[in-house]
Amino acid sequence: MAIEVRIPTILRSYTGGAKSVEGSGDTLADLIADVDSRHSGLQERLVDASGLRRFVNVYLNDEDVRFIGGLDAPVKDGDTVTVLPAVAGGAR
Amino acid sequence: MLTLSGALRAAIIAHARADHPDEACGVIAGPAGSDRPERFIPMTNAERSPTFYRFDSMEQFKVWQEMDDRDEEPVVIYHSHTATEAYPSRTDISYASEPGAHYVLVSTRDPDEVEFRSFRIIDGVVTEEEVRTASSGEAQE
Repeated sequence: MAIEVRIPTILRSYTGGAKSVEGSGDTLADLIADVDSRHSGLQERLVDASGLRRFVNVYLNDEDVRFIGGLDAPVKDGDTVTVLPAVAGGAR
Repeated sequence: MLTLSGALRAAIIAHARADHPDEACGVIAGPAGSDRPERFIPMTNAERSPTFYRFDSMEQFKVWQEMDDRDEEPVVIYHSHTATEAYPSRTDISYASEPGAHYVLVSTRDPDEVEFRSFRIIDGVVTEEEVRTASSGEAQE
């Protein structure tokens, strides 16, 4: 068992084209670090000094992790983490 | 080139007019790999702003899951500008994250005139493309 991490099209250059990868850890931060150890550069695209990047959405199963602790959200085997870039823009 | 039906083009414009002066946004899904926009999905602008849009994160999750289940992808991502031209702003370019999508922009700055344009936005580079409106029965390329 492991934790599945679903990768959006725009970040698949870090995963050799794979739509999902597996990882492990006790928190989302651990999981991202673990995945980054095999897919270097991914962490940088998801996290900055202040936490999760503002225009990246990360979901644990079917919840937005921002509402359940962000990078500290606990994760466990069998969970699915989905990464989606926010769709945003505007004239400003 | 973006080819879409007149009905879908009208649906985007109607959504943009309805939400004016706030920016409207949404997706047209189509079968993966087909480049054929078919299923119109108006989205909530979580920012409810005349100068910014962002899909609501939970709504986006549901819609993206649904597209995945149906073997679809976002063929068109559209939004409106309500006081400026229908051309991608620096903000639009910096957040563009679907390299396979046609980015459609509509301007509602003139109540009588429609500006409807389509772009590819890849790695920060904007390329305008022709928009062809096909009747729904017509074979699409």
